[in-house]
Amino acid sequence: MSWETVIGLEVHCQVNTDTKAFCGCSTVFGAEPNTQTCPVCLGMPGQLPVLNTVAVDKTILTGLAINAHINLESKFDRKNYFYPDLPKGYQITQFTVPIVEGGYIDIPTKDGGEKRLGVTRIHMEEDAGKSMHEGLDAVSHIDLNRSGVPLMEIVSEPDMRSADEAIAYLKQLHQLIRFLGVSGGDMEKGQFRCDANVSVRRPGEPFGTRTEMKNMNSFRFIKQAIEFEVVRQIEIIEDGGEVIQESRLWDSVKSESRSMRSKEEAHDYRYFPEPDLPPLRVSQQEVDAIKAGMPELPGELRKRFETEYGLSSYDADVLSQTREISVWYESLVAAHPADPKRCANWLANELLGRLKEAGKDLADSPVSAKRLAGLLDRVGDNTINGKSAKDILDDMMESDDDADAIIEAKGLKQVSDTGAIDTIILEVMAANPDQVAGYRGGKDKLMGFFVGQVMKASRGKANPGMVNQRLAELLKG
Amino acid sequence: MPFSSLSDIQNRLNNGETTAVEIAQLYLDRIAAFNSTLNAFVHLDANHVLAQAAASDAYRKEHGARALEGLPIAVKDIFCTQDGPTRCCSNILEGFEAPYDAHVITKLKEAGAVLVGKTNMDEFAMGSSNETSAFGPCRNPWDTERIPGGSSGGSAASVAAALTPAALGTDTGGSIRQPAALTGITGLKPTYGRVSRRGIIAFASSLDQAGPMAGNVKDCAMITAAISGHDAGDATSVSDAPAIDWLAACEAQDMKGLKIGKPKEYFVDGMDAEVRQSVEAALQKCEELGAEIIDISLPNTEHAVAAYYVIAPSEASANLSRYDSVRFGHRCDNPEDLLDMYTRSRDEGFGSEVKRRILTGAFTLSSGYYDAYYLKAQKVRTLIQQDFIQAFEQVDVIATPTSPIPAFKLGEKTDDPLTMYLSDIFTIAVNLAGLPGLSQPCGFASNLPVGLQWIGPAWHEDTVLAAAAAYEGATDWSNQHPAEFNMNGGES
Amino acid sequence: MDIDVKKVAMLSRIRLTDDEAAELGPQLANIIGYVEQLSKVDTDGIEPTAHPHDAAMPLRANIVTNGNRRDDLQASSPKIESGLYVVPKVIE
Repeated sequence: MSWETVIGLEVHCQVNTDTKAFCGCSTVFGAEPNTQTCPVCLGMPGQLPVLNTVAVDKTILTGLAINAHINLESKFDRKNYFYPDLPKGYQITQFTVPIVEGGYIDIPTKDGGEKRLGVTRIHMEEDAGKSMHEGLDAVSHIDLNRSGVPLMEIVSEPDMRSADEAIAYLKQLHQLIRFLGVSGGDMEKGQFRCDANVSVRRPGEPFGTRTEMKNMNSFRFIKQAIEFEVVRQIEIIEDGGEVIQESRLWDSVKSESRSMRSKEEAHDYRYFPEPDLPPLRVSQQEVDAIKAGMPELPGELRKRFETEYGLSSYDADVLSQTREISVWYESLVAAHPADPKRCANWLANELLGRLKEAGKDLADSPVSAKRLAGLLDRVGDNTINGKSAKDILDDMMESDDDADAIIEAKGLKQVSDTGAIDTIILEVMAANPDQVAGYRGGKDKLMGFFVGQVMKASRGKANPGMVNQRLAELLKG
Repeated sequence: MPFSSLSDIQNRLNNGETTAVEIAQLYLDRIAAFNSTLNAFVHLDANHVLAQAAASDAYRKEHGARALEGLPIAVKDIFCTQDGPTRCCSNILEGFEAPYDAHVITKLKEAGAVLVGKTNMDEFAMGSSNETSAFGPCRNPWDTERIPGGSSGGSAASVAAALTPAALGTDTGGSIRQPAALTGITGLKPTYGRVSRRGIIAFASSLDQAGPMAGNVKDCAMITAAISGHDAGDATSVSDAPAIDWLAACEAQDMKGLKIGKPKEYFVDGMDAEVRQSVEAALQKCEELGAEIIDISLPNTEHAVAAYYVIAPSEASANLSRYDSVRFGHRCDNPEDLLDMYTRSRDEGFGSEVKRRILTGAFTLSSGYYDAYYLKAQKVRTLIQQDFIQAFEQVDVIATPTSPIPAFKLGEKTDDPLTMYLSDIFTIAVNLAGLPGLSQPCGFASNLPVGLQWIGPAWHEDTVLAAAAAYEGATDWSNQHPAEFNMNGGES
Repeated sequence: MDIDVKKVAMLSRIRLTDDEAAELGPQLANIIGYVEQLSKVDTDGIEPTAHPHDAAMPLRANIVTNGNRRDDLQASSPKIESGLYVVPKVIE
């Protein structure tokens, strides 16, 4: 009898505001320890929280993007526990009435369809600081720069049935939050963190006992951790044991998880309404305004790119990865409207490839959409061939010259004159009598050899289409 | 001279008869003479007081006088001040110096007031007798064997003995009104949200409110006018609170047409007979002044203490979690591990009443008990609030005794926490409903002051102040002072 | 009402000796016994009150207002090394 895996995910996503959730401290990553703190985020006596308006707007935007319901009145609660990186001894969070409830995310399935995964809720809360233990003997060091950074906790329904589905959900969500510009999403910086609730059951039976997998800071580790946990649970049950409900910590070095059960008492968070914060009320007009400003989402964009510009699903996918790429692409199309597919090809394969090699983002691209369009115009009107165009793009990466200037300076203008091309072809044929005889004897594959020789003799400038056409003619004899 | 009102002093300063420095010195002398008897002040820097007074005199000369120019005001040790320690009368805040002023402290400074030290209080404002202070009990100027009330006992004693003409207190369940009553002074708890709580060490956040304690109604109004107003840094500070002409409210001479509610639940068996007599007599006086006394009922009052002793400790248990010895405050010596650091530091730092409340709150919020205690108490809170709303459809203001008994002896109730809690029985409902309340002297019981409490609808401090001012003008109770302190500092 | 004083003390991170627990137990039981009277109040259909006034939360502009005040804020801290708060080792 087979086992079915059941996975629910909790994502903690830092909202990319300039200031913290409840005070005017900067959220810039990587500052000197404790230099971005104030009496509020240090939990000093008498200090009070006041909520950041942009954190609210961005959480609402995220909710709208997953087709969720926005609660026009939501509430904040205190979650009580002691930890050195939690200054007040409680976290301000939304327990009873979160701002966002009941959305979904569609993931692609192997058969080309889609599976809809439910999102239970998104609530706002504050991040804790960081405890550091490495290289320290009997002590830990506490840095509270992160204390109070706004978080969205995005809680899914237990709808995933495999590690792959979980990863697909997370990747979709990760793309979405970056697309919306609500989070940096940098997993190494802890801006997008995931806990996974995992259980197994026989198909059709009620949910099994779940464990919560923590501390997984890459998609690869999440997949490994879930798969490890599924095997562990099945082994326990098949050996006649019982899975214990607990939190487990993923150790990416040993590729195994261990129980986080401490000797102290079980947690009792004693949630109660945060008396320092009255209910959060937003108007339907405010929600509508946020909705009106919502950018086109990756899924919609992908579909539009396929239908409007005739792109392959692969290219459409690449160009809708981030909002930045999609915007760049459309400005390229605007500057070179003749051939959107050519635009897609040159952006997705040539420019992004070169930028990646140079370790640069699209935002820092030395070649603007307008300059690239100038190059594509010359490809389009057959002034240059593709090979030359790639060389020219290499040059453009290093200089401010536009395509025409480089073509002129390097004499790369394509040769499309029949007489000139015929002359080169006849020279090549004369120099290779054996191959000519071979081709005429039926070795069609030698065509490639002749094209190569002719292109070489023209120093790459011959129009490849014409070379093919004239070769076929002249080789016939 | 010692028992001067703020307005008297203000007049003399305005007339050039005296200076802020002279005034400050006079009160500093009295503190030097009497504080060892009363233990009203737990921190005082005389030089700093004189420096503020000198700066005030200079300001007056150059720019003219601000609302409280040169007037000495003491503040409870619960207000964070950048100058000197802020301890909330607890050992857990050993060594703590706040790097900020409470919003109301900033406001007092901006109004030109001279801040005089920190006054004694129950630790974290948890108490009704000032006996839980880490600095030892404060004593009642009317009988130094007796408590001054609490938690703002030091502020009350300071005003009652004229160690300062006025002081700030805070009121979570009666902590301004009850000590004001027990020491024969006037104290106002404004409507919740009228005064910013920022920088005031939190006890129970949904109940805490700061307010003035002074010798008369107008002095309370002067101070409230200066410290109230919206603060964007406190999300519970109300931005659209109806504005009040604080001083004009105190001009009331009579009570013509005023409907005063007399709730039967506040005149019950078990309360001190003389207290009851004094308050009944006060109501008669009000009638003479033109008021109509209307019998009303606030039926859920009897559950107020129970609701309060769930809600306040619950909020407090969370509010006091920040005292974990990580970033400030007392840390135990040589902690063995993290848990030892937490548990031992907090054991050493907190007194027994504070521990009792933290544990009560942790229990009432804990899994399995939340609905039966916390949620239930919040619902009862709604009923208590509704009682008042209904009452105020009938009457303009409500009058009750402030405390069922006059000041009791030190140590008399310390062994029985519950009996101590019941001494707040008449003041607590006001906090639960978030209403303004004022206590003013209205007689004596066994030669100890008795307080008359006025309760108004939310944001109607003016109604409360007008009623109290009219009563004060028609009686002499506010001019009674403890004989032992009725002399100048140098003479003692 | 039997209250597990040691458990609530642990939740509250307050050390309690056996003697203290023996004294506090009955005191808490007494207090909780008193507040039990709430159970007799009919609150059917009554909404809980968490805040005295029915007001909405004001919000703060997303503007950095705080600079680096580390030295100032750590002036009365129990233990600091290189600007970091120091505590006994945190075991995860």
